[in-house]
Amino acid sequence: MPIKRFLPLFIFAGIFVAFMIGLNLNPREVPSALIDRPAPEFSLPPLEGAGIGLSRADLADGDNIVVVNFFASWCGPCRVEHPALEQLGQLDGVRLHGIAYKDRPSHSLSFLKSLGNPYDKIGTDLKGRTAIDWGVTGTPETFILKDGVIRYQHIGPIHPTEMDARILPVIRQLQQERAS
Amino acid sequence: MRILVLPLFLIMFSLNAWAIGVDKDRLADPAEEARAQQIMKKLRCLVCQNQSIIDSDAGLAGDLRGIVREQVRAGKSEREILAFMTDRYGDWVLLKPPVKPTTAILWFGPLILLGIGGFLVFRFVARRPQRLAPEPLTQEEQDRLKRIMGEKK
Amino acid sequence: MIAELGHYMLVLALGLALVQAVLPLVGAARSDQRMMMMGQPAAYGQFLFSLLAFLALTYSYVVSDFSVRVVASNSHSLKPMLYKISGVWGNHEGSLLLWVMFLALFGAMVARFGRNLPTTLRARVLGVQALIGIGFYLFMLLTSNPFERLADVPFEGNGLNPLLQDPGLAFHPPFLYLGYVGLSVAFSFAIAALIEGRVDPAWARWVRPWTLLAWVCLTIGIVLGSWWAYYELGWGGWWGWDPVENASFMPWLVATALLHSAIVVEKRDTLKSWTVLLAIIAFSFCLLGTFIVRSGIITSVHAFATDPERGLFILIFLALVIGGSFLLFALRADRLQAGGLFAPISRESGLVINNLFLSVAAAVVLYGTLHPLLSDEVFGIKSSVGAPFFNLVFGLLMIPLVMTMGLGVHFKWKRADIKGVSQRLMAVVGLSLLAAVMTLYVSHGGGVMPAVWMGIGLWLLFSTLQELGQRIKLFRGPLADSLRRLKRQPRSSWGMSLGHLGFAIGLIGIVATSSWSEEEQKVMQIGDSMTIDSYQLTLNDVVPAAGPNYSAVRGIVTVTGASGESYMAYPETRSYISSPMTTTEGAVRTSLSGDLFIVIGESEGAGRWGMRVYHKPMQVWLWIGSTIMVLGGLISLSDRRYRIGSPEGRKQAGGKRKSGKPLHAH
Repeated sequence: MPIKRFLPLFIFAGIFVAFMIGLNLNPREVPSALIDRPAPEFSLPPLEGAGIGLSRADLADGDNIVVVNFFASWCGPCRVEHPALEQLGQLDGVRLHGIAYKDRPSHSLSFLKSLGNPYDKIGTDLKGRTAIDWGVTGTPETFILKDGVIRYQHIGPIHPTEMDARILPVIRQLQQERAS
Repeated sequence: MRILVLPLFLIMFSLNAWAIGVDKDRLADPAEEARAQQIMKKLRCLVCQNQSIIDSDAGLAGDLRGIVREQVRAGKSEREILAFMTDRYGDWVLLKPPVKPTTAILWFGPLILLGIGGFLVFRFVARRPQRLAPEPLTQEEQDRLKRIMGEKK
Repeated sequence: MIAELGHYMLVLALGLALVQAVLPLVGAARSDQRMMMMGQPAAYGQFLFSLLAFLALTYSYVVSDFSVRVVASNSHSLKPMLYKISGVWGNHEGSLLLWVMFLALFGAMVARFGRNLPTTLRARVLGVQALIGIGFYLFMLLTSNPFERLADVPFEGNGLNPLLQDPGLAFHPPFLYLGYVGLSVAFSFAIAALIEGRVDPAWARWVRPWTLLAWVCLTIGIVLGSWWAYYELGWGGWWGWDPVENASFMPWLVATALLHSAIVVEKRDTLKSWTVLLAIIAFSFCLLGTFIVRSGIITSVHAFATDPERGLFILIFLALVIGGSFLLFALRADRLQAGGLFAPISRESGLVINNLFLSVAAAVVLYGTLHPLLSDEVFGIKSSVGAPFFNLVFGLLMIPLVMTMGLGVHFKWKRADIKGVSQRLMAVVGLSLLAAVMTLYVSHGGGVMPAVWMGIGLWLLFSTLQELGQRIKLFRGPLADSLRRLKRQPRSSWGMSLGHLGFAIGLIGIVATSSWSEEEQKVMQIGDSMTIDSYQLTLNDVVPAAGPNYSAVRGIVTVTGASGESYMAYPETRSYISSPMTTTEGAVRTSLSGDLFIVIGESEGAGRWGMRVYHKPMQVWLWIGSTIMVLGGLISLSDRRYRIGSPEGRKQAGGKRKSGKPLHAH
């Protein structure tokens, strides 16, 4: 039967196509399971000398798009993305909050003192449990929320190109949603 | 920069970049601890390559082991604990993919392949004698055969 | 200078490969004797130049010439010489050079020892070998040149990953590549047969030793890697179903099927198109593995640098070679006439069923490895397929496979004596069931599956022994008689018995260590004790230690067994100079009943240390079983009947080659 003999070729053709597409994918990017779901319940203590802590209530902001950034003083890429965070913090209609992940409060404090504090509010997640509730696997990770619902997750530092290509468009789109 | 890629990846994803520690929160009851470990074998270490959280020394893996132990202690079932993890990380955190329409080929493929293969093998093995019976000779060929046999005498 | 020479040699080798590819193939199509005969000298020349290129690169490593880019990235002047040399193939570019050198070597061996092959067949085989080589040479010269120089020469190299500074791992790649290249010879024979439109028993008699050689090398390579992982990685894991591990396992499964299927072609002149297809598939899996490791398409611990550009090149090469072969198969396989008849229950059908299960197993491993990629592309869902899946599905497939193995060896060719066999096997079946039940009892009801697997492992063991005993008429005459018969058994049947015995022993070991391993962890101070299984461990002291390029922390542990005997263990954690990584050197104590594996972890401050100990029951049976399997393969290879001008196996990289005496093809 001729069809049987062509079977290996067809199967291989399928695998070939899959590989061609796969060359363009990044197997290490894992999309969040929390997209379009409300932020998990949490209430984190403050960083000494820098505010009143952070809880889920702070994220339900009717006027602003909320950005939550997980960071740590021991995290190199967090330093790299700091200018992007400052830019975000100063945008109109955007509130930027930070969560210090598994870090000694004194270290987080000196990190912020030396680079500048771009965050509106900061919570300290000493054990990393809140991060796990957010599906975080490392730092830095940044989430964009509207009305307390997670709409976008960015894994890794925010490079300037990504700022323009991804982050800002998402924020603008969410702001337009609100307007309409 | 490509030359840096290899050592960088090795450093980032090496198996021993994290120091080997000891879990200090092992459950006192050996049966509970065993149950917790069985569950840990099914959860993927999210910052490693292809390891379970019980095989990994990464910090996150340790945190996840702690959560599994807590929940086992609190009497949660395996299904509830795995659901807790997939709620936060998606199906990707499960080393044994759930049986869903999207994993149908994965789970049912082997059976189907065996079935098809078995059927083909059966046809090949059980009906061979008939398939291979030589076709009867044509009249011309029979005549030729007679002539040759006649010559041989 | 040497590096440039090496580069030039590589180009020359490519040139000769082009000659070796074009002239013989065109000559065979035109029945032009002179063109076809060009294949041999071209093959010898190609081997010479690729060897020189390889030696040039080795020289650069040996003298630590850091102006060569790969030497600077992967070597270090303080590395012991053995690892400087093994560093040659411990990276992407160098490993390709090793691959291509082996490819040329095997081509030269076919040229040398295939002098009494039909001219057209030999020409086509050499031609196809060369075509494969061309792809690799081009890949290297265009994207992965091992001889690239650096403009700024560093004073010191970046050093190899300390995990790779290990004898086990140093030889793991060469053996794997020998296996892959051996399968390329089977592949070339398959393509040649398709082009010719003929497969006769002589073809199989040629393909079998090459496949056997490839299979032996693959087995050694895989087991070396697994054994290395076991004692090096710190938790006694020896197989993780990692994509790159799977990439070497799939060819092994298909090669095993091919080995058995080729027997049927040789003995019974049937199963031809299936065998040809298997040979193509086996080598395709080898190429596929190359792609998976080097393209970054699937995450893996083992992967070389991820580089989509290289990935694209390999993918196109894959499409040409594999796609082309499958197309050729689809178009020409009907020319291969089926031959011998056999009864539904016979050795032939047993081998066919064996092939069925092995092929399905290979397909399952393939799909499991690719599923994360496919799920992402088709559904946008990131999915993981890990050990729990593979252990379950593969383990279940093993059951019917091993059952068939135990039965099949008793079946005669053409028609099995079903009644006789079932009578003889009654005792064995009974013993195996008993073993399964006893396993359940001894493990205190610890799961049905381990008992089942133990039962079938012992079934295979007893059945194979029974078959051997049957053949030498053991217990049915004087013992001396049986021993004499034993010595006179043809080597190929020794190979079969040992191969299956080794597999059984390995399987039993795998079942034990996978099902009943134990682990204990404790933070210990000096003087503390901990217990595992029936052993007690006491941490006597922790001292600093050092090696040629590392510093270490060493624990001094006294281990006392149940019967009072004790020994000292020295687990270490090492920090290498040239890399920020630490490695664990666990202290492993091996015995037939199990391994005790002690690991010292990080300091918990103030003279307290995290200690881990693993008990792995019957772990060594896995290594012993694999060794017996390899031994069986080697003995089979040395059978005079297969040495129709084919050489005895190269037993290790750099080992001496015995020349085969050409026999008349019969």
